[in-house]
Amino acid sequence: MPHLTDAPIDATALATLLAAVAAPDRGGIATFLGLVRDHHAGRVVLRLEYSAYAPMAEVVCAEIVAEAEGRWPAAVALAHRLGPLAIGETAVAVVAAAAHREAAFAACRWVIEEVKRRVPIWKREFYADGTVAWVDPTAAAGVSP
Amino acid sequence: MTTSIPAVLTVRVLLFARYAELLGCERLDLRVPAARGAGRVTAADVVAALRARPGGERLPARPLLAVNLRQQPLETVLAEGDEVALLPPLAGG
Repeated sequence: MPHLTDAPIDATALATLLAAVAAPDRGGIATFLGLVRDHHAGRVVLRLEYSAYAPMAEVVCAEIVAEAEGRWPAAVALAHRLGPLAIGETAVAVVAAAAHREAAFAACRWVIEEVKRRVPIWKREFYADGTVAWVDPTAAAGVSP
Repeated sequence: MTTSIPAVLTVRVLLFARYAELLGCERLDLRVPAARGAGRVTAADVVAALRARPGGERLPARPLLAVNLRQQPLETVLAEGDEVALLPPLAGG
């Protein structure tokens, strides 16, 4: 199953992710959902667009999932949205299932941090004042000049 | 008589997000010579060639980059036909 999707990560998509990791010997599932926020660095955000170097992003997402499953006795599912998103939509979902909650929480937390650190995805924000900017987590202002 | 033949490669360059806007394109095939005195073409030579193009002067000297889908250092030696992607600061999640 590809990790990148142009379709909404809605209740149906989440149910699919949960079903992918659920098993009789896994008693805990931790879930992280990243949603589109209505503000960034003091500016009002109206909507945003994600783009990716898709072939590489798929490879890196698969590596992150495999690495997490090697570090913890957990099963992990990961989905990241691309294209235009509205405020409140789910941008990213991480689901980690394990026999007990410690491994589930740890794997889930690690995966979202690695996604932010390694996956070639970019975010363009559209602001209420009519301006547009590329989000740059390495810049002091949070966006590219 | 010995003449040294400068190493020149053609690579596929991919640009994304802000870098694509700076250069005005998302992909181009670029003939890249090795740096003066060097026998082999590296990813740094691709960056230097892009920085010499109109709009490219605003590219950072040491951007993140990937060669054939893997993040690699600037010093990576390239082969003919490699896909070199310049990656602006990542902003997924």
